Amino acid sequence: MAAARTYRIGTGAGFSADRLGPAVDLARDGRLDCLVLECLGERTVAFAHRDKRADPAKGYNAHLERRLRALLPVCRAGGTRIVTNMGAANPRAAALKTVEVARGLGLRGLKVACIEGDDVAARVDPGTPLLDEPGTLGDVGLPLVGMNAYLGADAILPALEAGADVVIGGRLADPSMFLAPLMHHFGWRPEDARAMGAGTLVGHLMECGMQVTGGYFADPGVKDVARLAECGFPIAEVDGDGSAVITKLAAAGGCVSLATVKEQLLYEVHDPARYLTPDVTADFSRVRIEAVGPDRVRVSGAGGSARPQSLKVTVGFDDGFHAEAGVSYAGVGAQARGELAARIVTERMLTAHGIAADLRVDVIGAASLFASAGLRSEAARDVRVHAAMRSRRREEAEMLLWEVESLLCCGPAGGGGYRGAITPCVMTKSVLVARDKVAPSLEVMVA
Amino acid sequence: MSSPGHNDRRLVRDIAHARAGDKGNTSNISVWANDPADFALLKAVLTPERLRRTFPGLFKGPIVRYEIEHLAGLNFVLQEALEGGVNRSLNLDSHGKSFSYLILGLPLSE
Repeated sequence: MAAARTYRIGTGAGFSADRLGPAVDLARDGRLDCLVLECLGERTVAFAHRDKRADPAKGYNAHLERRLRALLPVCRAGGTRIVTNMGAANPRAAALKTVEVARGLGLRGLKVACIEGDDVAARVDPGTPLLDEPGTLGDVGLPLVGMNAYLGADAILPALEAGADVVIGGRLADPSMFLAPLMHHFGWRPEDARAMGAGTLVGHLMECGMQVTGGYFADPGVKDVARLAECGFPIAEVDGDGSAVITKLAAAGGCVSLATVKEQLLYEVHDPARYLTPDVTADFSRVRIEAVGPDRVRVSGAGGSARPQSLKVTVGFDDGFHAEAGVSYAGVGAQARGELAARIVTERMLTAHGIAADLRVDVIGAASLFASAGLRSEAARDVRVHAAMRSRRREEAEMLLWEVESLLCCGPAGGGGYRGAITPCVMTKSVLVARDKVAPSLEVMVA
Repeated sequence: MSSPGHNDRRLVRDIAHARAGDKGNTSNISVWANDPADFALLKAVLTPERLRRTFPGLFKGPIVRYEIEHLAGLNFVLQEALEGGVNRSLNLDSHGKSFSYLILGLPLSE
């Protein structure tokens, strides 16, 4: 194949609540061909379905309007295409909102592609077995919130071929949003498993945004990162053979090093030789990683074999309420007072309310995140009792808040800083469905 | 090259870096030797058996260790390690993002 020029692809969000300023910097100064905003997790989609149920015009990323208002003008000016799954549970409403924003900005003629078809709630049988656990979907016995299939690059390509400036979908698989523009640019065929693996590696390294440029990395004195508060999003400069240089804007904070790239290489990966996506079974086990300049790391050598036969579907269910409440103790004897308070909450939830299950009380500062690992401090002087519970009944959740707040007058000496909150819970399960059950569709709207 | 002496007071964090991620109730923790010369030591001291023995209340399921020799990296995949995972866990860190520091805090010699 003729050597096409290097393709520059950037990340403008690596999760639903990611920062906007660094995305605008990258869109303005990164000379990008494409900017990808990855904004979905398994539970994010379920919460978006809830929003849509409350208001049929919602159910897409809460920051979509603000993000696009800032990004569309710079991307239009720079000829940078946007690919995003900010559509979440409602890609159509997201696309309509994008058109409205574009018109408001005077960006007439902007082409917005809406990809639907990931919502497969009407197509999946309740008898479908759960992935990696016993039982079927029907056995879960909770109200369904939503069901979304992971769509691959094959669902995104038609939008790029139609010349879309903005591609918006729902559950577009994270690495596929990077792979599809690379396939489109370089003419890679879906049967070329090696190319699919290489493009998937780029997507995998990029999809969590700053996790490859110094985020989720710094450990002062051991792994220092310069100007982390001003951390920049990553850029991948991809060549036709699928190798790429991962870098960032020179003016941005953060760093791209062998260490940041290695850590991200296996982030949420199990068998490095078999990373499953809708597009390929990618092989990251022989990837080469080389420093080729300041904040420039070249990756190459990813492989791949045939894509999985079926598509993964995330299913969200309503699962009642999550209650959290806390109160703090400080100074001499704080840990003992906090631990006494924790015992009181546990005891009274049982004796006064008959609740022992799905309840946990930690003493932050003494033992919380690592409590189950058996690690505990001694004589901590600034602790916070943190009580958490889950219940199908809101009234039970409210009892936890009441019990913790009552510690202010009825508990150990010197307790203060009570806070409590109740939030709705979702539970997610995964199933596999045959590809022919999933029919992605495309509509191109013009601003 | 460091050698695994019985009185090695160093921690894993002194010779390696790590990152944790989650999928459902499965945690994966990748651990990378800062210096490839220490990879043999890392492999010797970080075994699935040691993790299970050290954290029996937490790591309840099968533990598989993958090795990426040419990058001096280990990838631990720990099933049933997240107290139910983000769906069920009442741990403040229901994703187990902090688990990299369970490993990094281990002494090189037991």
